[in-house]
Amino acid sequence: MSKRRTIDARGSFCPGPLMELIAGMKMAEVGEEIEILSTDKGSASEIPEWIHKVKHEHVGTEEKDGVWHVLVKKTH
Amino acid sequence: MSNRISIMVVSGSIERLQMAAMVASVGAVSGNEVTVFLSMNALPAFKKGASGAAPAEGVVGKLLSEKKAPPFKQLFEQAVELGDARIHPCSMAMDILGYAQDDIEAYLAEPMGLTKFLDDAAAGQAWSF
Repeated sequence: MSKRRTIDARGSFCPGPLMELIAGMKMAEVGEEIEILSTDKGSASEIPEWIHKVKHEHVGTEEKDGVWHVLVKKTH
Repeated sequence: MSNRISIMVVSGSIERLQMAAMVASVGAVSGNEVTVFLSMNALPAFKKGASGAAPAEGVVGKLLSEKKAPPFKQLFEQAVELGDARIHPCSMAMDILGYAQDDIEAYLAEPMGLTKFLDDAAAGQAWSF
């Protein structure tokens, strides 16, 4: 089973959650999954755009009680 | 594919500094080669130890400091650390303000003149704030 880490960026505004995700991605190993938590709706759509642009894998996004959970797999 | 993004910042207002920092940081972490040119009233915010507080032009600027928006100086630093960005002070503004390289934040690169900035900007997108 692949490793997973969670980054809690709740309360931060765009592009704070994206930048926190990228800092986490730098430290992660290829194949690792990272879940980013955000209360900023703009970041919930912006982060998948970034994942697509830089060719990582967007595993999924779901919203629970006003918190967006975006799951990304580091592919390179 | 790497594209070039050139950003000129001349305003010292929080809205413009914040937007410039957002374009620089998101651009730099998305595979673009980013050059930022800080001139006029934008440069004093990058004096070593300057708080990062800047005057607001309107309602959003006031809200930026009340809400948890990432500080613009942090975003510019992340653009350099996490992405392919270089932030240059304008050589003219350095002279006018009497700043030496040691007086400005360590993540700033060497002073740049307009000739070089305009030459770089010709190769890609150019933005000004």
